[in-house]
Amino acid sequence: MKDIAFLRSPLAHARIHSIRVPEHHQADVYTNDRLVDVKAIRAVTTLPGFKVSEQPVLAAGKVRQVGELIAMCVGRTRAEAEDIASDIIVDFEELPAVVRTAAALGPDSALVHEDWGDNIYLESNWDGDLAAARQAAAVTVTRSIRTNRQCMAPIEGKGVVAFWNSRLSQLVMYTATQMPHIVRTGLAECLGIDHADIRVISPDVGGGFGYKGILTPEEVCLGWLAMHCGHPVRWIEDRREHLVANANCREHEYSVTAYADERGRILGLEAEALVDAGAYSAYPFSACLEGAQVVSILPGPYVIPAYKCKAYSVATNKAPILPYRGVARTSVCFVIELAIDAIARAVNREPHEVRLDNLVPASAMPYRNVTGKDFDSGDYPESLRRAAAAIDVPKVRQRQQAGEPDGRRIGLGFATYCEQAAHGTAVYHGWGIPMVPGFEQAMARLTPEGSLEIRIGAHSHGQSMETTLAQVANQVLGIDPDRVKLVHGDTEYTPYSTGTWGSRCAVMSGGAVATVCRELADRVIRIAAHLMQVAPGDLTLEDGCVVAGQASMTLHEIAHIWYLKPQLLPPDVDPGGLDVTTGYKPKVDTGTFSYATHAVVVAVDVEIGEVEILDYVIVEDGGVLINPMVVDGQIYGGAAQGIGTALYEEMPFDDAGQPLASTFADYMLPGPTEVPHFRVLHMETPSPNTEFGVKGIGEGGAIAPPAAIGNAVNDALAPLGAEISETPITPRRILAALDAARRVGAS
Amino acid sequence: MKPAAYDYQRPETVDAAVELLAKARGTAKVVAGGQSLGPMLNMRLVHTECLIDISRIPALSEVSETQDEIIIGACVTHAALEDGRVPDATNGMLASIARGIAYRAVRNRGTIGGSLAHADPAADWVTALTAIGATVAIAGPDGFRRVALDDFMQSAFETVLGADEILAAVHIPKLSADARWGFYKFCRKTGEFADAMSAVVVDPARSWVRAVIGATDSRPVIITDASQLIDNPNEIDDVIIESGLSADAYDMAVHRSALWRAVQNVVPA
Repeated sequence: MKDIAFLRSPLAHARIHSIRVPEHHQADVYTNDRLVDVKAIRAVTTLPGFKVSEQPVLAAGKVRQVGELIAMCVGRTRAEAEDIASDIIVDFEELPAVVRTAAALGPDSALVHEDWGDNIYLESNWDGDLAAARQAAAVTVTRSIRTNRQCMAPIEGKGVVAFWNSRLSQLVMYTATQMPHIVRTGLAECLGIDHADIRVISPDVGGGFGYKGILTPEEVCLGWLAMHCGHPVRWIEDRREHLVANANCREHEYSVTAYADERGRILGLEAEALVDAGAYSAYPFSACLEGAQVVSILPGPYVIPAYKCKAYSVATNKAPILPYRGVARTSVCFVIELAIDAIARAVNREPHEVRLDNLVPASAMPYRNVTGKDFDSGDYPESLRRAAAAIDVPKVRQRQQAGEPDGRRIGLGFATYCEQAAHGTAVYHGWGIPMVPGFEQAMARLTPEGSLEIRIGAHSHGQSMETTLAQVANQVLGIDPDRVKLVHGDTEYTPYSTGTWGSRCAVMSGGAVATVCRELADRVIRIAAHLMQVAPGDLTLEDGCVVAGQASMTLHEIAHIWYLKPQLLPPDVDPGGLDVTTGYKPKVDTGTFSYATHAVVVAVDVEIGEVEILDYVIVEDGGVLINPMVVDGQIYGGAAQGIGTALYEEMPFDDAGQPLASTFADYMLPGPTEVPHFRVLHMETPSPNTEFGVKGIGEGGAIAPPAAIGNAVNDALAPLGAEISETPITPRRILAALDAARRVGAS
Repeated sequence: MKPAAYDYQRPETVDAAVELLAKARGTAKVVAGGQSLGPMLNMRLVHTECLIDISRIPALSEVSETQDEIIIGACVTHAALEDGRVPDATNGMLASIARGIAYRAVRNRGTIGGSLAHADPAADWVTALTAIGATVAIAGPDGFRRVALDDFMQSAFETVLGADEILAAVHIPKLSADARWGFYKFCRKTGEFADAMSAVVVDPARSWVRAVIGATDSRPVIITDASQLIDNPNEIDDVIIESGLSADAYDMAVHRSALWRAVQNVVPA
């Protein structure tokens, strides 16, 4: 095994005139020209007007972001590989960097991709007529709102080990991915070989959150090298590579105007959004996953009579924007929820009461909203009412009135959102990205001992699918969950799947496991009926047995007969035996809509700008919960990340496009002392469209915290005339807002 | 993030360490806990031909006492101070400061001498020990010399230590029983580098009323006679402005608050 280190671009935008590799290192260094027959990564969409970015896996003539791969260096150790990388001399011609989205759209901007003529991947529009709303509005609020660039921070970064299996003529790649089959598809495209010649294994990956849901240039590079070099190769992403070059997300900028009546009921909403999509379109979700989504999801869980929105997915000389838990929704929720609180202040009402008047009522479900989203079920206002009761609004207002002995200011904030999950073919074919999810498959096999093996193409990396899917199998087959083994994370053993993303696995893999177990149950019962001499309709499955009155056979006995005593089987037995593969799609596959209200009380130290979370309530409806403890875990983890977005995490860039947070000393994550005890309350409204009525819930926790905390901070600052409209809400930003308010007050 | 190759030496005595340093003529680095140097080597921000590991030199982990001072060896860890394994003559100040340094994992390995020698402006010891009026003992080819902490740090990451010298011990004056102290630091989250920090030590028996502002861009700001400040908090703004910390509105605000809170935190006698 040899270790790989990459020589990465120190510049955001530059032409490469030459790469000089010392003579004695030439065999160990690979640049673009040596990677014959490797195609660039192309993540296209069929949305009209989309411009394609070619992402060469090693820089070809030009670099477009700091950290872009220039050369692959092979050493006996990582340290030696880094030594080799440091001996390479690159002759750059630095070009003006495209760093700020607004400037990127200007006529004088440098171009990230010259052949485009501008820096726009895609312009997305929702056209509505706002004339009536503008005219009727008693209040109009306009805000500029921004969520700054973040980095995803799973405990482990990416990591790849690849080798060529000469016996099977197959490239074997262990890689940290949440979608092994999609990585395999991407590798097949870029390396020009058949899927059958590639096996992707994804072991425990140290957390994903979306970052492990892309095909990386490093994977393609190592795949090619393993095919040609005759020995295994390894690359372990270090945290600097991770922060600077790769795991970027969430940079949005909005100008939003809401029109409302004198009670705060929204009459119309219009917005323009700039999404900084970075230098390349990441595979498979593309550069406009966020930008295009913004347009369709900005109305949130509210009744918006008139709506207009334009969003630009902008190319800049920064790392590509990647889907992070919540994807565009975290930014969108921040925008609409801040706007609603601004309306509430303008009409002088409690923000949660104004929200109640605007939420889609339970009586309207199922509800098609202004952008055509089909909300399946739920009582959105009830989640808000319960959150308001749990946080005890009158008590918080009383405390606020009384004032704090230490001079801090108390603030109360709410945010309500809904989350589309497990959206399938109906949604994604319209996007036309490289990957459109179809039927989700599962394989079920009863072993000779009567245990159950379940194989899924999705990947479990913290979602506890081993537990949840065993419960589903138990529900259908009556088998002890301890006797269910989940096999996942290996393309050789599992059915094709787009993988784990979009909060889809409880719905999709759960539905597939239920379906396949039903088919298996049918086959078991038909064998048992013959052996027990009863009609199949008289048999039931319970506690690992097939039961008819007093008589019963164990799954073990039946499986043993199928495998080892076939002479006892019925003559018309299904020759497929106790090994079943089948697929599942919900009745309506436009997605489930889980939803929640977050309510938070903060104390703001107005002298140093520090925010402390005093109380945090989450009222969540994820449909029927398969395992409440697993769901709570998802909510806690997501909300902790949302607190990171709200208060701590930021990847700033200087004007030359240099990322300024290259270690965790500069990139600040919330730790145990910054994450409060969350009080989580559940509602359970079944989805009418899915197996068992479950809904996807994996991302929700990360969506609302910036909005709820932002509103709480603004509630605390309101008496001082200050308002925050940007994440993360740092002490510096709070003090600047207070300063600005003082200057306005003085003038 | 793997360091470039370097040699490694682990001398048994201070003399041997100084000799190795002298021979290396500026190409070696001294390491003890390695909590700052380690990451910098890994990220190749620092290159060295040789690491001289002083953590196993018994003399550097010793603590002794005279009538006026506690002498703490440079390789005594923050954790040892936090846990009270070192005699205290500061009315609890040292243990309290140690408890607030980074995280326990860092405190288990990081050393008091290493922190001072590294001279990060945001380091707690630089500010706190300057407020107490500590001095350091520096070992070099010609024996030991003593330097007051007031004069030790020159600017960010710059000290008066020569290339062939080692910070060997910290001499901490014993405070009198009725001495009082206050400390406040503002970090964005637990264990992070501070945005602002101030320490105040009031020891009437020694006529000592000193305040120190740390976590600046450079060396700490020393207010040798802080009695005015304590009596009249309105003067804090002037002090901050005179210290050149007012260029940035945020820095001004947090340093002002830190100093004011450190003054308020002075435990009443």
